[in-house]
Amino acid sequence: MSKTTLTRRGVLRTGAVAGAGVALPTIFTASSARAFTNEPTGGSVTLGFNVPQTGPYADEGADELRAYELAVEHLNGGGDGGMLQTFSSKALEGSGILGKKVEYVTGDTQTKSDAARASAKSMIEKDGAIMITGGSSSGVAVAVQGLCQEAGVIFMAGLTHSNDTTGKDKKANGFRHFFNAYMSGAALAPVLANAYGKDRKAYHLTADYTWGWTQEESIKAATEALGWETVEAVKTPLAQTDFSSYIAPVLNSGADVLVLNHYGGNMVNSLTNAVQFGLREKQANGKNFEIVVPLFSRLMARGAGENIKGILGSTNWHWSLQDEGTKAFVKSFGTKYGFPPSQAAHTCYVQTLLYADAVQRAGSFDPCAVAEALEGYEFDGLGNGPTLYRAEDHQCFKDVLVVRGKENPTSEFDLLEVVEITPRGQVEYAADHPMFAGGALGSCNPGV
Amino acid sequence: MDAIILQILNGLDKGSAYALIALGLTLIFGTLGVVNFAHGALFMIGAFCAVTLNRLLTLSHQVVDETRTDFLGNPLKVDVPYVQDIFGEVTGAAIIDWSVPLAILFSIPIMIGIGVIMERGLIKHFYKRPHADQILVTFGLAIVLQEIIKQIFGANPIPTPAPDVFRGSFDFGTMLGFDPNVIIYPYWRLVYFGFAAIIIGAVFAFLQFTTFGMVVRAGMADRETVGLLGINIDRRFTIMFGLAAAVAGLAGVMYAPINSPNYHMGMDFLVLSFVVVVVGGMGSLPGAVLAGFLLGILESFASMNEIKSILPGIDQIIIYLVAIIILLTRPRGLMGRKGVMED
Repeated sequence: MSKTTLTRRGVLRTGAVAGAGVALPTIFTASSARAFTNEPTGGSVTLGFNVPQTGPYADEGADELRAYELAVEHLNGGGDGGMLQTFSSKALEGSGILGKKVEYVTGDTQTKSDAARASAKSMIEKDGAIMITGGSSSGVAVAVQGLCQEAGVIFMAGLTHSNDTTGKDKKANGFRHFFNAYMSGAALAPVLANAYGKDRKAYHLTADYTWGWTQEESIKAATEALGWETVEAVKTPLAQTDFSSYIAPVLNSGADVLVLNHYGGNMVNSLTNAVQFGLREKQANGKNFEIVVPLFSRLMARGAGENIKGILGSTNWHWSLQDEGTKAFVKSFGTKYGFPPSQAAHTCYVQTLLYADAVQRAGSFDPCAVAEALEGYEFDGLGNGPTLYRAEDHQCFKDVLVVRGKENPTSEFDLLEVVEITPRGQVEYAADHPMFAGGALGSCNPGV
Repeated sequence: MDAIILQILNGLDKGSAYALIALGLTLIFGTLGVVNFAHGALFMIGAFCAVTLNRLLTLSHQVVDETRTDFLGNPLKVDVPYVQDIFGEVTGAAIIDWSVPLAILFSIPIMIGIGVIMERGLIKHFYKRPHADQILVTFGLAIVLQEIIKQIFGANPIPTPAPDVFRGSFDFGTMLGFDPNVIIYPYWRLVYFGFAAIIIGAVFAFLQFTTFGMVVRAGMADRETVGLLGINIDRRFTIMFGLAAAVAGLAGVMYAPINSPNYHMGMDFLVLSFVVVVVGGMGSLPGAVLAGFLLGILESFASMNEIKSILPGIDQIIIYLVAIIILLTRPRGLMGRKGVMED
């Protein structure tokens, strides 16, 4: 037991010291422009790459990391410069960002929201990361975006396709280059109508989490607008591995199209099961039964092997595109690593360049200045044609690729063929579209 | 009606995998008294034996094809498997096509070896320790094995197709007088069911009709007495561990074409297999098989849309629900013997 004695003089003294302490930061900031979290002071600046290094999407995470390393190399003036050569903005000169050498730290999201937040937090607080980027899941993207908003750093999302990332969960400090479920629906629907007709009955199997829900909603809306009927939409647990008991009821449901709103291991397994059950040879309602996988990924396609041949889906980017940006990126990535980059690698590389360019143009690492430079920014030469970072929701608008599993692949990378490049105008939507309603961007947070 | 038949087929198939894994678990528990949480990992390693053999058979050297180009515009390097060099193009391709059935032979010595090393190297030291220690150490082992596989093969599923002749599905509906394409079932899943039945039969025959099996059964009943009779029961139990590992491994090999193997597939099956063992009755081999098929079929029925529309989410909990009911009404499980796990 200790005894505490309070004296009038003691209280006054403590109060005076504490008061001075509280006042101190304002004394300093009053003279400089504005303080912000992790303002780089030395000759280098640190970026935080938060990717799944373990867990089910570890392979995608590894590809993202390769892209980030390449981007850092190019920003610092190494290699062949990649897409810096083709980027419409010429602000970056290969001398780092604002003359500071780019360094990086990495974190492991494990594709778990809490782990991803913890690794992002550690990179911000311990390593002084000025910006966080990466990830391969919408659940993770939404969680990390929220954290970055609170911490006062910019978040450049990696692969995240849920409408919510720039919809109800959008944040002023967060930016998404990747496309979203709505865009997939809008791009796919006309191609589906062309290929399979307007009188179709669809059966959805949907991964039971934020991305699955918004994808199902988007594809349903887009196909029903064409005249398709949705027979049934069944949610499947994320941890499901054998989908046979979900596929069997499809056979006699009266449906003639199966839409798989699955990604990653889910997609590989459900598609494999569907093919095993003979759905692709089946006739229903006097038509050939068809399978649609709205979000395709080449890394996943490799897992599904033969089964993806002829199946339609959409993708953010594909290495076989013939624009100058894509060719430059594939060349430097392919030369360095020996295989072409995935769409996850592409979006991460582009996000890093876009961030660096925005800092360069803003002349400051201040997140609010960077956000301002990105908002409403039009650019080209990064593999997707003319692209806009919309100010209202921080979503990129660009052409969307509709792809099909290739019938006669010439190599293990040559799995998808581009069926159509859906122009940007066709996938645009109003910022207050009901599928994206519910949240507010808020105002940018510089932290400190 | 057609939907019900389909779900029964489906359940038999799922049940086969549960039964095979639970059989091995029960063998180990019955003989060694060890609760082996690494058993799912053995199933997973079995599936990766199929992947490994497939990789070995497709080991290739590169031949430059000047007429075609790769993604960077350089002349395309075509992979030619060594197997095709040795056996000729047609035979070589056929060998690669049949890599999964061939992996059965390939995996047996590997799985027995892994089983024996696991038992002698680690689990032996935990015989006299409490069950909680055994669960912890085997669970830890499972995670280690899983991480090793992930390091080698990556995190994504690896497609391992069945031979071409088993592609497609069998139309049961036409046999039973239904319309074509109403009740169809993939050939390979039928093969899996038949294979499981053979393995289960073989294990039972082995235990029932061989002297070795007799000694093991005697040891399961009363280890001490058998030891006093001068029989080296430890060595036989080590062999049983190896055999149980082989059963799990074979279940995994044949499962590879059904769902592309990934590193955590063992864990997915492990928990359910434990429920199967408990429902069947700890230490009862017929109980494990019976419960495996029973729960497989129940799970299939529960995922029918008609049932889910009445009881949403029932497919996720049905197995545990049934387990609770059975354990409340028959605490020793369906075919459990008195005295097991009751000391």
